[in-house]
Amino acid sequence: MHHLQVKDLSSAYGPLTVLRSVSLTLSKGEVVALIGPSGSGKSTILRVLMGLTPPTGGEVWVDGAAIDYRSAASIRAARERMAIVFQQYNLFQNMDVMRNVTIAPVKIQGRPRQEVEAEAVRLLAKVGLADKHHSYPDELSGGQQQRVAIARALALRPEILLLDEVTSALDPELVNEVLDTIRALAAEGMTMLIVSHEMGFVREVASKVVMMDKGQVVEEGSPREIFDSPTSERAREFVGKILRH
Amino acid sequence: MLGRLAGEIPRFFTLQKLALLLEAMGTTLAMTIIGCVFGFLLAFTIVFLRQTPGRLALPIRLVAILYVEIFRRIPFLVVTYLVLFFIQIFVSDASLFAIAVIAICIYSTAYTAEIIRGGFESVARQQIEAAAAMNFSRWQTLMSVIIPQSWPVILPPAVAFAVGFIKDTALVSQVGVFELTFRGKELNNEGFSGILVFGTIALLYFAMSYPLSRWGRWLEQRLASSPSKRPQQRLRPAHGP
Repeated sequence: MHHLQVKDLSSAYGPLTVLRSVSLTLSKGEVVALIGPSGSGKSTILRVLMGLTPPTGGEVWVDGAAIDYRSAASIRAARERMAIVFQQYNLFQNMDVMRNVTIAPVKIQGRPRQEVEAEAVRLLAKVGLADKHHSYPDELSGGQQQRVAIARALALRPEILLLDEVTSALDPELVNEVLDTIRALAAEGMTMLIVSHEMGFVREVASKVVMMDKGQVVEEGSPREIFDSPTSERAREFVGKILRH
Repeated sequence: MLGRLAGEIPRFFTLQKLALLLEAMGTTLAMTIIGCVFGFLLAFTIVFLRQTPGRLALPIRLVAILYVEIFRRIPFLVVTYLVLFFIQIFVSDASLFAIAVIAICIYSTAYTAEIIRGGFESVARQQIEAAAAMNFSRWQTLMSVIIPQSWPVILPPAVAFAVGFIKDTALVSQVGVFELTFRGKELNNEGFSGILVFGTIALLYFAMSYPLSRWGRWLEQRLASSPSKRPQQRLRPAHGP
């Protein structure tokens, strides 16, 4: 059984169709990368999955259970199984690092504070921020903030982690510290759906690459298939463009 | 003229009259503070109701919007008369002080609701989405994210409104509350010259509002300079779909 299955998912913003009948699957422990030009709908898929943008059609299953995005209870259930890391980190500006990581597990999931704090200490050490527990987001670099955001998402104990262009807002010298963190997660077997423009990274960690354009999936396959021998005209054009960079 | 004034001064500045004026000052301050504090709390409720999502909540949103739009467009004195005559239908000997407090509360609710709404809307949408993605309820998002991030934006103008309102409460002297301006009119009627009486009253109003407005300014500067508590800087808009 697929861990996550998306079938014929559509989404529209007013007259603008953002997703057209997108289907994809994700198995446990798999890392799937969504690539494609800006505006192709990659991030919208993640937003729809998290219940932040309503779908206009299609179906989503997590572990065989259908999610109904018209039902608040069903959206809550989806958010218990998936966590998202945003491009702009979106750490709570009024809370220090520790509170950013622990607030949802304690307040929303109702887990014991001591246990959550111990886990937060471990997670922050893992992302290389053991000494920043009491810093506020605006005292940290972008790369550090994004690593806190990853720790915050992991503290929720999601089954699936969604990463939305997590290095796009970072200065080039800060990209690698974040990619290293994600590499380590992939090596541990974390199931992840990644939207990324870092093609070298995608080739290295993804087991499957899904290429999108204009809200549709144009091609999917192993990184080797997509990058070395794309079959569709649109994929060839996109891969040609990004490899010339 | 000046000679007459000089003659009045010893009779005017007696302990008994000063006590009367100080008590009236206390009444002015008390009704402003009680009215504005309750108004501020009610304003939060109004804004919360106004931002309730969903089609079913449309009547609630409409009531909240109407309340704010109507009471911001009626002179405070008219609100006071309305409250007076409305309450007198049910309670013939209602306390005038209570009536004044209710009128102040109704009025300050409408004004501070707009200040609070502006503050809430200054919180970046991404902060609220991050909370939603972690299953925060609307109430939890409000208490943990929106209010802590927006109070530096809300508090200074809310304090400025309340301090400014100290002066406007002079209007409730019209319904006979024993506040500062009312006592001034009484003393004037007792034969003391208007210049002396209302000059003193003016000084007392100044003595109340100046320290409070300095305090408001200090509060504003303190909030603006605390680095980590200030609301999030505007981020560039997130990429489109």
